[in-house]
Amino acid sequence: MSTVITDTKPQVTDPKDALSALEGRSSIAETFGIPLAVLAELTHRCPLQCPYCSNPVELDRGGTELTTEEWKKVLTELAEIGVLQIHFSGGEPTARKDIVELVQHATDVGLYSNLITSAVLLTREKLAALADAGLCHVQISFQGNEPVVANRVAGFKQAHQKKIEVAKWTRELDLPLTVNAVMHRQNLFQLPDIIQMAVDLDADRLEVANVQYYGWALKNRAALMPTIEQIEECARIVEEAEARLKGTLAIDFVVPDYYALRPKKCMGGWGRQFFNISPAGKILPCHAAESITGLEFESVRSNHSIAWIWQNSEAFNRYRGTGWMPEPCQSCEFKEVDFGGCRCQAFALTGDAGNTDPACTLSPLHEKIFKIAESEAAADNNRFIYRNFAGGTLETDGDHGA
Amino acid sequence: MAAARSRNISVSETSRPVLPRHAKLKFDETRQVWVILAPERVLAPDEIAVEVLQLCDGVRDVADMVDLLAAKYAAPRDAIATDVVAMLQDLADKGFLTEVREKTS
Repeated sequence: MSTVITDTKPQVTDPKDALSALEGRSSIAETFGIPLAVLAELTHRCPLQCPYCSNPVELDRGGTELTTEEWKKVLTELAEIGVLQIHFSGGEPTARKDIVELVQHATDVGLYSNLITSAVLLTREKLAALADAGLCHVQISFQGNEPVVANRVAGFKQAHQKKIEVAKWTRELDLPLTVNAVMHRQNLFQLPDIIQMAVDLDADRLEVANVQYYGWALKNRAALMPTIEQIEECARIVEEAEARLKGTLAIDFVVPDYYALRPKKCMGGWGRQFFNISPAGKILPCHAAESITGLEFESVRSNHSIAWIWQNSEAFNRYRGTGWMPEPCQSCEFKEVDFGGCRCQAFALTGDAGNTDPACTLSPLHEKIFKIAESEAAADNNRFIYRNFAGGTLETDGDHGA
Repeated sequence: MAAARSRNISVSETSRPVLPRHAKLKFDETRQVWVILAPERVLAPDEIAVEVLQLCDGVRDVADMVDLLAAKYAAPRDAIATDVVAMLQDLADKGFLTEVREKTS
């Protein structure tokens, strides 16, 4: 009985191929198979100002957000076409007054729900209400293991203390907890303590997620890029902790791809197994896709069904599969392994989303971006540009965003 | 600081296993397949695993499950017991089975 269960991880951070076990079975969007999990970015509003925020630099304003009824209709439709899991994210999803109602609706239509939160807006009562509404899992982001570093990175006073408090409530309510630790040059030295913090908080999982450099993080790359020595040390610490904590804490590890040799299989391949929905209702192949200019993304407010948009829209089909690939990808033996890496990164660094991701050693730009990473890490300019609706605010000596 | 406790149970015939809150066994109508939903994962258990998992309600012990399955399939109890315990241990090691928490407080 060695293969009792087949793992079909539809991970957002490090997507494995979710299609192997379940592909070929009929669904409305038969050709590509509707994704097993969808990310719902309920809002871009957030009290934190993390300089590596995965939201686009052009944030959706509150007034453009889908209404409660629109989100409920979306959740119903997602369940009907075969989506199994919904990740409520943002911005800060609990900044929406209707978060409990939306979680309850997800439960009612049979979706497995996950709350990806900064935690700072939660009260114990609100968290208990979410648990009662059927919330299945809570993921809390941490910016460090103690308040000095963590609150400065978050640009929010008392953020760390509040997160610790909410993490404890999460476990008291018997909700499973994932600690998400976003790592970069200015907090990697805390990694062993962050791992211990996750153990002390009785977390089930820890994501050690090195910053991926799009949007806000790209703006802040010079302040965030680790040294190659830090990355090597980080990998060693994670490996040791995984062995030591087996059965206690599961650890997922995301490496920064500037120092990688092969690009990541971003989103499991463009339009293959994942989409997200922006606060204003656009269906996107990934949360950074709007950074690629020249692509039109369809909205749930259009006359099209979600399954139609997934299967037929121009933006999803543009970089789907391998037919669009230029050289060196087209003749590459890894083209169906990594699908050419990340389109958003190719666009950000080369100006053309159809180029090979420079994270790949076969890209003519690979050496250049490796050198950029090395020199930015060595320059050690630590000032952040805080994320906000005004396009960012530069950190000063007296003002750390809070 | 409390010592790190292992989340994974050791399965025996006296265990009363149950899926933890974060793992949901569900029939996926779209794909016509049973799945276990867990954080960041969807797993596809095989038919036998589904049958056993449906018996895991936190009340029934493994010995009862083995009796049920041995009767249903008219198979030797020992063989069924070995297989069921091994399968449940595999699921437990992967974090998809727990036991009902003892009330200690």
